[in-house]
Amino acid sequence: MSSVQIRDVRKSFGNFEVLHGVSIPIEDGQFVVLVGPSGCGKSTLLRMLAGLENVTSGTISIGDRVVNNVQPKERDIAMVFQNYALYPHMTVAENMGFSLKLRNAGSDEIGKRVKRAAEILALTPLLDRYPRQLSGGQRQRVAMGRAIVRDPQVFLFDEPLSNLDAKLRVAMRTEIKELHQRLKTTTVYVTHDQIEAMTMADKIVVMHDGIVEQMGTPLELYDRPENQFVAGFIGSPAMNFLKGHIRVNGVATFEGPNGVKLPLKNAPAASDGKPVVYGVRPEHFTIADDGADAEIVVVEPTGSETQVFAKLGGEQVVAVFRERHQFNPGDKVKLKPDPGVIHLFDEATGKRL
Amino acid sequence: MAVLAEPIAQPKRSSLWSRAFESRNCLGAMFMVPAVAILVLFLAYPLGLGLYLGLTDTKIGGAGRFIGFGNFVSLAKDSVFWLSVFNTIFYTVTASIVKFAIGLYLALLLNERLPFKSMIRAIVLLPFVVPTVLSAIAFWWIYDSQFSIVSWVLIKAGLLTRYIDFLGDPWNARWSVVIANIWRGVPFVAITLLAGLQTISPSLYEAANLDGATNLQRFRHITLPMLSPIIAVVMTFSVLMTFTDFQLIYTITRGGPINATHLMATLSFQRAITGGNLGEGAAISNAMIPFLVAAILLSFFGLQRSRWQQGGRD
Repeated sequence: MSSVQIRDVRKSFGNFEVLHGVSIPIEDGQFVVLVGPSGCGKSTLLRMLAGLENVTSGTISIGDRVVNNVQPKERDIAMVFQNYALYPHMTVAENMGFSLKLRNAGSDEIGKRVKRAAEILALTPLLDRYPRQLSGGQRQRVAMGRAIVRDPQVFLFDEPLSNLDAKLRVAMRTEIKELHQRLKTTTVYVTHDQIEAMTMADKIVVMHDGIVEQMGTPLELYDRPENQFVAGFIGSPAMNFLKGHIRVNGVATFEGPNGVKLPLKNAPAASDGKPVVYGVRPEHFTIADDGADAEIVVVEPTGSETQVFAKLGGEQVVAVFRERHQFNPGDKVKLKPDPGVIHLFDEATGKRL
Repeated sequence: MAVLAEPIAQPKRSSLWSRAFESRNCLGAMFMVPAVAILVLFLAYPLGLGLYLGLTDTKIGGAGRFIGFGNFVSLAKDSVFWLSVFNTIFYTVTASIVKFAIGLYLALLLNERLPFKSMIRAIVLLPFVVPTVLSAIAFWWIYDSQFSIVSWVLIKAGLLTRYIDFLGDPWNARWSVVIANIWRGVPFVAITLLAGLQTISPSLYEAANLDGATNLQRFRHITLPMLSPIIAVVMTFSVLMTFTDFQLIYTITRGGPINATHLMATLSFQRAITGGNLGEGAAISNAMIPFLVAAILLSFFGLQRSRWQQGGRD
């Protein structure tokens, strides 16, 4: 186990810079998730950490060692690939033992460590099978087994669950998290799925267009997003954004599209008339007599909760209720955001106010 | 809704012909007729005729009698025939081994990031594109006893004092035609193996790299096993094509000197067409069949789809 330090790392392909100076400290034993939309540079960063891509500038260290120019095989890291990259011509046991075999470990030693890893991942009955004979989830576990067997300093996961069906993905999520709690190996996990990030991470790093937008614990990011991008990216259904202005005359309010008035707990200093974006999470709407007028568009019950799409000041918003309101499309309701938990962003910069 | 409720117009009870068109089996059979006709006419019939001719003493211009295995009995005592068998095996084995080695090397090279890669690939394909007879004539000049460019260069470089007699000496001639065959056959092996290499996922190499494999270990543990199915196919084809080669030999040496480069195919042609003994020529050709079947069986059983490639859930 080791800490990992990424300091001001840049990456260019030719003249095209994809990472613009990224710094991420990762503590020993931490489970860090790099999350962001496609093309944000998260996978490139992971591959640089693995040594599969060169670092254009900046430094990456594992433990106390700067590894910029260290060969992948000497970095003592294990990676789980998106397509698993299992060797098709080797059995499960051979796949898992391959790295040990290359290091000239004795067959007793290999057998022992493969067996232990197989027990952890419930792969023991499959050890003699070939990858073709396994299901997606089993292949996924073999890929993890291959990583565990080596007992590396750092585990790297590159979107490992994106090829699995929804149900299996949820199960594997728990399995990976449990595995980390058991082994306590420093882990860097790349995904574009914010739910995976929220559920698994000790620390989430939200990336966008080659920069880090925000890092923090899942709930920090959820409760206090630093900017509009993070606010919109984290959380499902996504946060509602309404453009408008702050009005301070007696009580601070937000004046949204078509004159919709929404409550504010307190306005930022000297902000009367300031153009802002008002962000409210779907679950922070309530039905209240003093709410703003809205018209129901679509109702989607999921059982545990009901998602309601409504027009608020001409803009579509989504609200989530745990209560079972009887709504029909076209119904007029009064929606009120909880002013204590709303988010305000500067319209020009997208920064939190 | 009312529209949907109307009964769909039933097609009229149709003729036998149109019903045959609707039946899967009849239609399938009809589509196969042209292919079967072509195969029977141009493949099965000549093959059958060849097999039959081998059992007769047919000469050009004569009908010939059925003589059973007479031709084979006399061939068994024919030293030229046995020389051609030796030549064919020597030619096939040496040329195939070298073609495989050079082809694999070129394929690995072309699979790397190289400058001018597509140009190099085109150049590699060139020998395959040139008509065989043309390239044979070029080799004929290269091997000429008076005008050979190879001899000329070596003499100018001071490495030799007299011209090499490429095609006049039995072993020189054998090696010369083998080299010509290699030159001609390498592109097929190289390009096919390259296609095989490109199907190997780069992430396997990355995984092996992280697992600690050196370049050589990656080749040994990833490339070679993953490529083995393609190798089996390519080498089977290569062996078959080399074994039955005719054009190169016939153009460069016509089987000479003193039958040193006669392959079974060229000997068969010489006896049957030039010599007029169709029956004997056919028998020589038929004698190739056991060798070819053996080569096919070898690759079929020896290099069968390995266990890891076989089905199972996917």
